[in-house]
Amino acid sequence: MSDRKTLQTEKISGHSGASPGFGMQRDFEVCKLVDTTTCIGCKACEVACVEWNDMPFGATTFDNTYQTMPETRWNFWNLIKFNEHQREDGTIQWLMRKDQCMHCADPGCLAACPADGAIVKYTNGIVDFNQENCIGCEFCVSGCPFNIPRFNPGTKKVYKCTLCSDRVGQGLEPACIKACPTGCLKFGSKDDMKFIANERARQLKENFGMEKAGVYDPQSIGGTHVIYVLHDATDPERYGGLPKNPTIPWSYTVWKWLFKPVLGTFALFGAVGVLLHYVAVGPRRPQPEPPEKEAANGNGD
Amino acid sequence: MGTAIERFDEKARRTFDSIGRTEVYKGELLRHPVYTRVLHWMVALFFFLALFSGFGIYLPWLFRWFTPVFGGGPLSRQMHPWFGVGFVFFFFLQVLNWLAPMAWTTADTKWMRGIGKIVGGKEKLDPPDTGFFNAGQKVQFWEIVGGCLAYLITGIILWAGARSFGATAVAISYVLHDLSALVMLGGIFIHIYLSTIGEPGTFQAMTRGAVSEAWAWTFHPAWYKKVTGRDPRQAYEKARQQQSGTAPKQS
Repeated sequence: MSDRKTLQTEKISGHSGASPGFGMQRDFEVCKLVDTTTCIGCKACEVACVEWNDMPFGATTFDNTYQTMPETRWNFWNLIKFNEHQREDGTIQWLMRKDQCMHCADPGCLAACPADGAIVKYTNGIVDFNQENCIGCEFCVSGCPFNIPRFNPGTKKVYKCTLCSDRVGQGLEPACIKACPTGCLKFGSKDDMKFIANERARQLKENFGMEKAGVYDPQSIGGTHVIYVLHDATDPERYGGLPKNPTIPWSYTVWKWLFKPVLGTFALFGAVGVLLHYVAVGPRRPQPEPPEKEAANGNGD
Repeated sequence: MGTAIERFDEKARRTFDSIGRTEVYKGELLRHPVYTRVLHWMVALFFFLALFSGFGIYLPWLFRWFTPVFGGGPLSRQMHPWFGVGFVFFFFLQVLNWLAPMAWTTADTKWMRGIGKIVGGKEKLDPPDTGFFNAGQKVQFWEIVGGCLAYLITGIILWAGARSFGATAVAISYVLHDLSALVMLGGIFIHIYLSTIGEPGTFQAMTRGAVSEAWAWTFHPAWYKKVTGRDPRQAYEKARQQQSGTAPKQS
């Protein structure tokens, strides 16, 4: 795998810095790094996502922001969310965050899914939906802490960002990474991306006076395979739909893996109980019961 | 309102009696009319369809072999709510049908206190004030009424999904829907047992609609008294004496 020649870009004309995705390690867990401090909101990643995944361009929805639409859709997996945050001194901070599947190390969608093989997590960290196995129950929507899976009423299946598992499997970077013109999107091993992200956060603190700058890699779900550099990591909610401590609902963890089988077994004890009653106590018959021959002769009761 | 329900039930019973038949032979009493029996078996049909189509979704790693029976996972998921709707619909009609005989009385409270003796086989005859339904039957009935409400509310939330009701509502409904199913699953074993081998002579009440008089004075003495006008204990004693041959045979 590592010595395979791919159509990976090594150099790009008129492009600053290293070409996106070049020289990355793919033997380890992969990771997408989104640096919200250098995102310019150009939406090239949105277009690249729609193009690569061969989805038709749908009508956009104007909601008085620069956002293409209020939420991602079943055929629009990658959305730049524009949020205005008022600082304490009254000035406005314009935040742009690329919203897509976070590819959690502990995926809530996978925990919630009742269909055999509809959701898989690869060893490289990518969480993928196999629509041919999806039964369309939408439990994944409820299990996801980031509100990512989207139901298609036409096919009755759920869709989301695949982290371009088809491209990554062939040694390419995801389409959004390739399209990013500012280098705000990076792709590589989780370790490398964490290193770059922490370096960037340090740079923001030391050179730009952003005291609260930091990396968003929530450990409450074991970390994610999409991480953010945020201007203010203490308040990720201000970026729109980024919970500080994302969690999987109790229903899909303890209830599903412990209480369901245990209580199900208890319910089956109902069958054992009546069987034991039949054996030990015996049936209740309409009275008087027809006397057995010997008993009838033995006593006149 | 009560009279409207009664009128509806009476009309339904008349209609079904004109279509179906209930043979009550000598020494038997009419237990359930055609309407009640049809409702019961429609409830049972949809209950088991919903139960089995739900198994594959409840514990997929154990019960996924159930889904091909319903045409695969996607079709199971599509049909399961409709089976549930059928179950709730027919049980709702049964609730209207049985509203009066299922009302809780002081005799039921007494019956419940003595349930140990009955289950333990110490008491062969039910207490003399046991009516058309005993307290155990009423508990199961009202449990299913409550369970149906839980099913209906949580089921609609799960059906429409997190898109309509939000992730939290779905996560909570997921647990409550399971709980309701588990209670009913445990209850159905007891129900089937007592109506077949547990209390012989009971099953025909829901098939032919008629039961023997002995069955009636044994398990539902107050009801026996109401429909025949005879005393259940005297009838029992008479039958007992006839059987043991200590009393002169009566023609």
